[in-house]
Amino acid sequence: MAEAQALRKAVECGVPDNDKYMHPTLLKNRGNWKYHDRPRPGVLHHVAHSGDQVWSVRAGTQRQMDTHTIRKLCDIAEQFGEGFVRFTIRSNIEYIVADQNKVDPLIAKLEGEGFPVGGTGNSVTMVAHTQGWLHCDIPGTDASGVVKSMMDQLYDEFKNEQMPNRVHLSTSCCEINCGGQADLAVIVQHTKPPKINHDLVANVCERPAVVARCPVAAIRPALVNGKPSLEVDEKKCICCGACYPPCPPMQINDPEHSKLAIWVGGKNSNARGKPTFMKMVASGLPNNAPRWPEVNEVVGRILRTYKADARPWERMADWIDRIGWPRFFEKTGLPFTKYLIDDWRGSRANLNASNHVRF
Amino acid sequence: MAKPMHPTPNLDQLETGPWPSFVTGLKRLAKEKDYVVDVLGHLEHSYQTRKGYWKGGTVGVRGYGGGVIPRFTEIKDADGQAVFKDATEFHTLRVMPPPGMHYDTATLRQLCDIWDKYGSGLIALHGQSGDIMMQGCTTENVQKAWDEINEMGFDLGGAGPAVRTSMSCVGAARCEQSCYDEAKAHKAVINSFLDDIHRPALPYKFKFKFSGCGNDCMNAIQRSDMAVIGTWRDNIRTDDELGKKWFAKHGMNELINDVVSRCPTKALQIKDAGSVRKDGHISAVALDGKQCLEIDNKDCVRCMHCINVMTGALAPGEDKGASILVGGKSHLKIGGLMGTLVVPFMKLDTEEDREKLVEMAQSIIDFFAENALEHERTGEMIERIGLVNFLEGIGLDVDPHMINTPRTNPYVRTDGWDEEVAKIEARKKAAA
Repeated sequence: MAEAQALRKAVECGVPDNDKYMHPTLLKNRGNWKYHDRPRPGVLHHVAHSGDQVWSVRAGTQRQMDTHTIRKLCDIAEQFGEGFVRFTIRSNIEYIVADQNKVDPLIAKLEGEGFPVGGTGNSVTMVAHTQGWLHCDIPGTDASGVVKSMMDQLYDEFKNEQMPNRVHLSTSCCEINCGGQADLAVIVQHTKPPKINHDLVANVCERPAVVARCPVAAIRPALVNGKPSLEVDEKKCICCGACYPPCPPMQINDPEHSKLAIWVGGKNSNARGKPTFMKMVASGLPNNAPRWPEVNEVVGRILRTYKADARPWERMADWIDRIGWPRFFEKTGLPFTKYLIDDWRGSRANLNASNHVRF
Repeated sequence: MAKPMHPTPNLDQLETGPWPSFVTGLKRLAKEKDYVVDVLGHLEHSYQTRKGYWKGGTVGVRGYGGGVIPRFTEIKDADGQAVFKDATEFHTLRVMPPPGMHYDTATLRQLCDIWDKYGSGLIALHGQSGDIMMQGCTTENVQKAWDEINEMGFDLGGAGPAVRTSMSCVGAARCEQSCYDEAKAHKAVINSFLDDIHRPALPYKFKFKFSGCGNDCMNAIQRSDMAVIGTWRDNIRTDDELGKKWFAKHGMNELINDVVSRCPTKALQIKDAGSVRKDGHISAVALDGKQCLEIDNKDCVRCMHCINVMTGALAPGEDKGASILVGGKSHLKIGGLMGTLVVPFMKLDTEEDREKLVEMAQSIIDFFAENALEHERTGEMIERIGLVNFLEGIGLDVDPHMINTPRTNPYVRTDGWDEEVAKIEARKKAAA
């Protein structure tokens, strides 16, 4: 008993107040900013109604950071910045300084230490991504490695603002899509039904829950070799992998048949049109670790086409809205296959109910 | 000095190229830790065989039912022994960050010290739900690490069928487009649901996200069960000096092509200075001595585009607040769903305003807890029962802002029509 009482009880403190972590100029002018501009790629300059100004220098990171890297970023903040940083939703670090004279030395130091400065405005910013083989329990591919290979290729686009509008990227290691919506996303697409290890199902899986998890009712309870197990109607199965997380013996991941698909045109912002979901435009790309050249070829091709063809302020979705899907496939050279025609619920809203045709 | 490295020919290839390499970071940790030597071996094995080898399990901290993501190795030899003996467990602690993800360096260093002591030394800033992800810990060390993190004033986030860690944009801290205090709203809401975060007992996950304007930098409409998106009711504010500065730099072609013609509701027109309408819902910004950009704020949907292009010359109004959307989620199970607007506008200036937001969140979560099926998200539940049943359940009146178009089919029983009209009339009278 005495020992039990000595155990520390959790303090359910919740989300901490951010006041003490904020740069003093931000705290002073909170809710009272007037406008901003971007003196160069990677730098935001904000002006408050009080006349105060701050410069935020944004740099890319690998997101999965070792403590040495984080301490190096802290050293830079203390020696070249003002000791305060923040992170963006896309894992970029921002150094906030109230003294303009610190901006150039800070940029030089970050670049010198291998952290690219950029990711602002109409650049290609860092990939929002998942855990992959490094940590996830259900991944079809890696995340950090795919991201590293993509960002190596897009390095100059991160450091410059030469795109028509901002480009958000994401990657996801299974069809659950934890990486989220983006202008361009890379997502695992399984192509074969799960292989079931019938010896394990009864002990590992809550069978009714697995049956209920299937979006197309393709899973049934069954006795296999005298043991309670599950069976999959392979004609119905859409190979989504939804049964795998609640029942790991339903092995969906396959080194050969788990492919990668490319999606485009997700837009989180309400600016101009309403937010949009992304659409699948390519699939069947091999899960070719460690550098995924086939995926990167398609990613590069779509982004180059968008860069050359879209008008200023057109996000990927706005651009395709203007030129139409036939020309998207024509200009990118991507094959338009029958698998890209939606047949899920509500799908007829995605078909052309008009004679609007661009010739 | 740690034990020798396993050969990692695949991972080695991720050390080339200009982008910062997570492999290089892991290798540096591996110089000091046998644990990370084996984590690298484990990951290289995945690269060679193209499969993942971590399985879940049950690991937690005292008093909480979530917040730790357990991982046990599945790479075993013929005798069932772990091949990578120093990395048989690789658990993650999900830690909720400060709103806006602001840090001073002392705090980051302290987190690093704790993680060098108890964990792998690998920290992801941040996970897709916004957590500080302290990645790689043994079962034995989870509680020890947590105790020290908790002493710093940080708390664990959500996992499983629970309220999840939330995110809010930089917002009022640095952005002129912010329409409410995102950090205060974030903190007020999330800290009201700590029990639902720490002890997962909902049908499925529930996510809040807070964006200060329609640019929705937190992807709240696409990704959260309850999205709080800043907006304003009065006119767009204008600054003639900054308007003239913008026009002198960008000219008429850009004004027409990039601003006027991209307004989704055609609320913008170019006018001679003398002919700008005088109505109360018109704003105008000077372009030069002769011409103005006129905005009809009754037509404007607060999409943010013109303000994004002409920052400072145009700005959100002063009567600010937020819209609430409910039911956004990603693919599983019925496909991606956007949130649906259920509150066009509410003020979020005071503690009382935020208390109303918390009350609404509470009624939505209560309804969700009672009515959703197992593993069903809020948006899927609304799709199954219909928006009207959901609104009645949480006590919100219907409003034409909630729809794109009225019904396009006759398949509805309407014998309560007169009573509904009478209710609407009574409400109008009461409000007058």
